[in-house]
Amino acid sequence: KTNEMSVPKFVIRLLSQAFVSVKNVHKTVISQRCIHTTNVHPRAASTNVSHVHAEGTTGHQLPSDLLSPEEQMMKDSVARLAAEKIQPFVAEMDRTSQMKPEVIQALHDNGLLGIEIPAEYGGTNSTFFVATIAIEELAKVDPSVSVLCDVQNTLVNMLIVRLGTEEQKRKYLPRLATDMIGSFCLSEAESGSDAFSLRTSAVLDKGYYILNGTKVWITNAEHAGVFLVMANARPTAGYKGITCFIVDRETEGVNVGRKEDKLGIRASSTCSVTFDNVKIPESNILGEFGKGYKYAIEMLNSGRIGIAAQMLGLAQGCFNHAVDYTRERKQFGRRIYDFQGMQHQIAHVATQIHIGRVMMCNAARMHQLGLPVVKEAAMVKYFASEVATLTTSKSIEWMGGVGFTRDYPVEKYFRDCKIGTIYEGTSNIQLNTIAKCLEQDKLAGC
Amino acid sequence: MSGIRVLVGCKRVIDYAVKIRVKPDKSGVVTDGVKHSMNPFDEIAVEEAVRLKEKKIVSEIVAVSCGPTQCQEVLRTAMAMGADRAIHVEVDPATYDHLQPLHVAKILSKVAQEEKVDLVLTGKQAIDDDANQTGQMIAALLDWPQATFASKVEKTNGELKVLREIDGGLETIKVRLPAVLTTDLRLNQPRYATLPNIMKAKKKPLVKKTPADYGVDVTPRQKVLKVEDPPVRQAGAKLASVEELVAKLRDAGLIPT
Repeated sequence: KTNEMSVPKFVIRLLSQAFVSVKNVHKTVISQRCIHTTNVHPRAASTNVSHVHAEGTTGHQLPSDLLSPEEQMMKDSVARLAAEKIQPFVAEMDRTSQMKPEVIQALHDNGLLGIEIPAEYGGTNSTFFVATIAIEELAKVDPSVSVLCDVQNTLVNMLIVRLGTEEQKRKYLPRLATDMIGSFCLSEAESGSDAFSLRTSAVLDKGYYILNGTKVWITNAEHAGVFLVMANARPTAGYKGITCFIVDRETEGVNVGRKEDKLGIRASSTCSVTFDNVKIPESNILGEFGKGYKYAIEMLNSGRIGIAAQMLGLAQGCFNHAVDYTRERKQFGRRIYDFQGMQHQIAHVATQIHIGRVMMCNAARMHQLGLPVVKEAAMVKYFASEVATLTTSKSIEWMGGVGFTRDYPVEKYFRDCKIGTIYEGTSNIQLNTIAKCLEQDKLAGC
Repeated sequence: MSGIRVLVGCKRVIDYAVKIRVKPDKSGVVTDGVKHSMNPFDEIAVEEAVRLKEKKIVSEIVAVSCGPTQCQEVLRTAMAMGADRAIHVEVDPATYDHLQPLHVAKILSKVAQEEKVDLVLTGKQAIDDDANQTGQMIAALLDWPQATFASKVEKTNGELKVLREIDGGLETIKVRLPAVLTTDLRLNQPRYATLPNIMKAKKKPLVKKTPADYGVDVTPRQKVLKVEDPPVRQAGAKLASVEELVAKLRDAGLIPT
């Protein structure tokens, strides 16, 4: 896949529309970024004079992590929901490895499970960027809840919105927006990173495809009402036989296995799903026959940005707890935050989180504009999972002994972050992808 | 049109969770770059209006806020909660610093008259100045009955039956419409602005006006001389006996020797 140099005309139109719609962003939005940054005072004297040279240009180039007032409202709403309706259950859900139905209900009631679904199908009618922010805010409180929201929005919903026939959209989107969870089934016991060597088969028999095989590591499987299953309907064509099928949970032969007993994100259900002679009508093929591999690759981009958002939210949530503690805890007559050694470590971690966040916002905005983001999505997923690992590990150290106990929340974030370097493409796979993109950049003369 | 028309007053204040800091020059508190949100009591007022609309008692909800441009965020939240449209009465930041409840009450009563509303709903007080004056002043200016510190509202025929929280306990009164109500904490639990409703609120109309449009003069009549932190609380002392207490009180000159 080449990294195009020329920007298509429709993208230019989208870009100009994007700038027109944000022209009302003014100092108020800047002044709202009070939590992570020092007080940004637009009128303060500055040594930065680059704006002087930009006087002649017409378009406003805004920072990618600057939120429009609407995006800020969405973020505040999710933050409030997470603090009031999810926070009280986090420890219990982790202990019992069980997502509370009230939590899923709260997500549905607030439109969080149908963010990009258009209003005509009962969805929230919002953007990919807003979905990214929602995933991030949820992860600050509970990464398990965040991943449920991520899979639903970036994988399940978007596959149906982009590829579904009108009939399929009418059947599934309203339900996904209001009361149904979906799962995406690709991995198998023998095919993880080597995804396209999958062996679940789909054999055509009198207008029906008969599915046979077992999928593993399926997120949301415990609660899912619908599964998007990648099966090979023409093994002789290799990966070009992989087709995406919509499978209702109630279909005979579908069996959801027991939950995995995991180190982290325990409240998120992860099960194997077995398909035993499951009869699927041809009308349940999503998109085109044999194009499943292509759809999976395309969806991975938004999926990766979503996981990056989860990892960065996780890092920030953990960081906030730990640093607040350092402001309270005193040793040798001072707050431990006041020791320079601590400040240097904290500042370093804060910088890494900020880098990740800016990368994430940038990739999300690029994706929304239709620009290719293969390299950027891989970079941000890889980077964000590393940042989460660093942040959680350091956070436990900063809190000392109490950080090591279940009574305090940081050990959970430490356990939760580990999956970040593994799922939706391991770090090694991300690095492969980045290297491939660099090769293509070189060939294209970038 | 049989439904009641409601005007809800919403104030943008520093968020309740933020630790307030006094400016070094003692002219006020730090507001620049600080997180702001809708006054919690006004959120309760918006919620009550929306619930009355869901019960088909209210037909239209107009949200209004006086202040600088940022007030529009609070109005968008009100519309995302269910208000039908919003009016932003723009006051520049310098004037806003000295805006008093009487100014706001004059503006809101003019708005209420122009919008021909039957009910003005607002929080009992704002969490920044704790004035607890605006609602009452609006009622006086309009010569309407008032029911303040409402913790329950019911409609009975052409009247409202309101349960008030007062110092002595609870009081139930009836007010005839049009009326002014101010909300207390236990009236309701405000809803979230759900994401779909935030999207829908974008299409709802928000009109900008000025105090001059309503013929109200907002020149300050008061001047804030100084704002200070309250004195740091001194530690107390535990005493062993009543005699010791009496002795200490005598030493402090608080009781005669």
